[in-house]
Amino acid sequence: MSSVPIVPFLIIFPMVIALVMLIIPLGDKANRVRNAIAYISCIAIMAAVAVLVGLWVAGGTRPIALYQEGMELADNATLVGEFILMIVAVFLSFKYHKCWISIFSIVPTVAIAWLEKSGYIQHESPRIYIDHLSILMCLIVGIIGSLIVIYAVGYMHGYHHYLHKRVQDRRNYFFMVLFLLLGAMFGLVLSDSLTWILLFWETTSVCAFLLVGYTREPVAVRNSFRVLWMNLLGGCTLTTGIIIFAAATGVNSLSGLTAFAELKAGTPEEGLAVIPVALIAFAALTKSAQLPFSTWLLGAMVAPTPSSALIDSATMVKAGIYMLFRLAPAMHETATGNMVAFVGGFTFLAASFIAIAQSDGKKVLAMSTISNLGLMVACAGMGTPETIWAGIFLMIFHAVSKSLLFQNVGATENSLGSRDIENMHGLLYRLPFLAFCMFIGIAGMCMVPFGMLISKWAVLRSSIDENDIIMTFMVVFGSATTSFYWTKWLGKLIAQTNEPKVKDITKPNEKISISIHAVLMIALCVLMPFLTKVYVEPLLGELFGTTAQVIPTSVLYLLVFIIVFFFAVPIISYAFSKKMHANQKLSYMSGINTGSNDGFTNSFGNETKLQLSNYYFKNVLGIRKLMIPCQFITLSVLIVMMAMIIGGAF
Amino acid sequence: MSINTRIILAVCFIVLAPFVGGFLEGCDRKISARMQRRIGPPVLQPFYDVTKLFKKQYVVVSRSVHFLLVSYMSLMILTGAMLFAGTDLLMCFFVLSTAATFLYFAAAVTNSPYTTIGAQRELIQMMAYEPAVLLTAAGFYVAAGSFNTADIINYDYSLIIKMPGFFFAFVFIMTIKMRKAPFDISTSHHAHQELVKGITTEMSGKNLGIFNITEWYENIFLLGVVALFILNKNPWSILAAVIVILLVYFVEILIGNSNARMKWETMLKMTWLVTLLSAGVNLLVLMVIK
Repeated sequence: MSSVPIVPFLIIFPMVIALVMLIIPLGDKANRVRNAIAYISCIAIMAAVAVLVGLWVAGGTRPIALYQEGMELADNATLVGEFILMIVAVFLSFKYHKCWISIFSIVPTVAIAWLEKSGYIQHESPRIYIDHLSILMCLIVGIIGSLIVIYAVGYMHGYHHYLHKRVQDRRNYFFMVLFLLLGAMFGLVLSDSLTWILLFWETTSVCAFLLVGYTREPVAVRNSFRVLWMNLLGGCTLTTGIIIFAAATGVNSLSGLTAFAELKAGTPEEGLAVIPVALIAFAALTKSAQLPFSTWLLGAMVAPTPSSALIDSATMVKAGIYMLFRLAPAMHETATGNMVAFVGGFTFLAASFIAIAQSDGKKVLAMSTISNLGLMVACAGMGTPETIWAGIFLMIFHAVSKSLLFQNVGATENSLGSRDIENMHGLLYRLPFLAFCMFIGIAGMCMVPFGMLISKWAVLRSSIDENDIIMTFMVVFGSATTSFYWTKWLGKLIAQTNEPKVKDITKPNEKISISIHAVLMIALCVLMPFLTKVYVEPLLGELFGTTAQVIPTSVLYLLVFIIVFFFAVPIISYAFSKKMHANQKLSYMSGINTGSNDGFTNSFGNETKLQLSNYYFKNVLGIRKLMIPCQFITLSVLIVMMAMIIGGAF
Repeated sequence: MSINTRIILAVCFIVLAPFVGGFLEGCDRKISARMQRRIGPPVLQPFYDVTKLFKKQYVVVSRSVHFLLVSYMSLMILTGAMLFAGTDLLMCFFVLSTAATFLYFAAAVTNSPYTTIGAQRELIQMMAYEPAVLLTAAGFYVAAGSFNTADIINYDYSLIIKMPGFFFAFVFIMTIKMRKAPFDISTSHHAHQELVKGITTEMSGKNLGIFNITEWYENIFLLGVVALFILNKNPWSILAAVIVILLVYFVEILIGNSNARMKWETMLKMTWLVTLLSAGVNLLVLMVIK
């Protein structure tokens, strides 16, 4: 296969559509046209991903390297792209009087332009490299990302008509950024050229910044600049890493970097790869919102829900994880690996504590995203086939489940008028469809047969194998707190209530997207043992060059058994309990139940409404209490470790 | 262990565990009564009670409680069967925590105040004991080189020699799991004052019967894990295991009868501290000498 035109199509088509989205004016009629184009483009993107997968399978699922020679034009185009991004970032930072941020954009852009023109890059390497990992990322971005855009069409209508009437309607701009982000993500996961990766990396940063600032309210503007500077800081270290590596070896490819690092491990030339790997890993930590940079992701929650879903589940944060997975073989048992693993493990633990104290649904999702990303980062940092296996499944399940939950909480908010978990009491009887899907999404994050648990199994095993006692503690305690905050949310959903049903104003397209996610979630769970065999083990073979079986067959069989058991038992017993003749009675309230289970007679003889609430421990575990100490710890670890790595390399 | 032995052991657990568990509870009540200078009920009283519960009229607050409790029981049986079939210990514990989640659902679904508070406390209990439970599995993995209980019981000597800290931490959290004072905060076997019957307030008749039987299964499972610390290649270790199990059970009864109920905050802090200091330090030592 000499050329695969579907690859440039995947990257360029969303960007073209982005322009189209911007050009179509606002107004009811034009909106309808834009919506139609958005639907068609999403389907086209999914079809294109399917074609790419088809071609790749037809080629025997072997890695495909493309575009090695004669790419000056495309290279120049990436430079132009870099400069456009710089202009946007600089213009907006000056407009909102945050001039200092522009330095983070100007310096790397100029530096990378200098690198391209300086002639340091001697070896022409393929610009595009497609293997199991890129295909997996394409599937996540293509399917989940497109579904989120489909959902966004309906959601943004409700957003401007019901919830936020005062916010200026800039949907053309919103959809432009969404498509831009999709295109950039495809570019990022398909590219092997480091300068190309940098362009797409910076594009996702700027897109996230633009999405968070959508409403232009003061808090949104403030948070959006936090997104911008933290991500651009990562861009700076990424650029530095690329330049150092290219200047030292003349190579400009990610696969070249990992191969070099593995080859030279233990030799005097080791230092040449160690510093770039450390710098790129640092950049990935900022992008994946690890402590101390987690605050950008929390701030990003002010954006409309589809953008939170896109940033948190399918695209932005996964870019950092993707880079770390690529670097994982080079990080195994190095100081960088230890640094990354510690920061990830610590973030997993700390964020899960903070999540306990949140009652705002979206904040719980944000904290749990940070926490789960922490576990994935820790997997990458440990860098053994087993942990990457766990990390891959965490990533898949997390993408589907979080995308489902964000969309669901957004739709619930539109109907219920609140996204506070306390207001979701008895949601299963008030908004049955949404609550049911929410239940599946949460179960996917914390209950047995779904991916999280088996992944924790693998992580725990490898951290013991690696003799890493701190990681073992963090996983063990983090897993206890994680179950706590998810389970108490589930309890809220199913509690009986006499509150009236809520009118479900969820649009059909939102429902379609949510149901597909729910089905996908269950299908993934059932297919997991199968996916391990046919997909994830070859993927690990490509990354590590070994084809060893990571998960023992006995465990896989056990898992199949548990999955069947887990689904069969509640369903069968539910069917039986339906038929049983029961004598329904009031719940026990020491004899002062007013007769409908939702109130009691107080000591004055008046009726008081019964309100049940969950534990949150806000005064012990709140963001204000824990965030700054945790940031302080991780920041000091990062500074000390980076200094040691860079100093040790000379 | 051959596949036949595994199946036989698992089936033995499924069939015999409720009888042994019920019998042990009968002894518990008798011994507790003697400690309090009462005569106490006959040893077979728990069986009379459960039989009677199943004959009662089926009264519910919420119809969903039943299927959730049945799921709770089934998952608990699966947990125990997995343990006795010699499979992966860590997986057993994961299934155990899912089983406990179903108990939480069965309570939360009723929307009754006492049950809900009991359920919330049950969640806190889960959060308190889970680190110790997972670390115990980790300890066995470091000490015996495998998560499989079949390999653990075929070790050259009793693993308690290597893992005294884990043993202490596990017995400590067993007090929570067996709902003994001072940690009987979500529900208790005795008349409960502040929360009525806590998480089981709205369970009656059949449902309460299922709950009781599940408790028996759970106790046998926990005692099975205790046996893992003792069992080794030598067949005589079975006798030693039985003696240790009975001792542990007696100690739990003694603790239960000589303590007053604690606040959940104290429970959480104490449990995590014990987990870190006892199991954690033991794990550190094991990793260093490995």
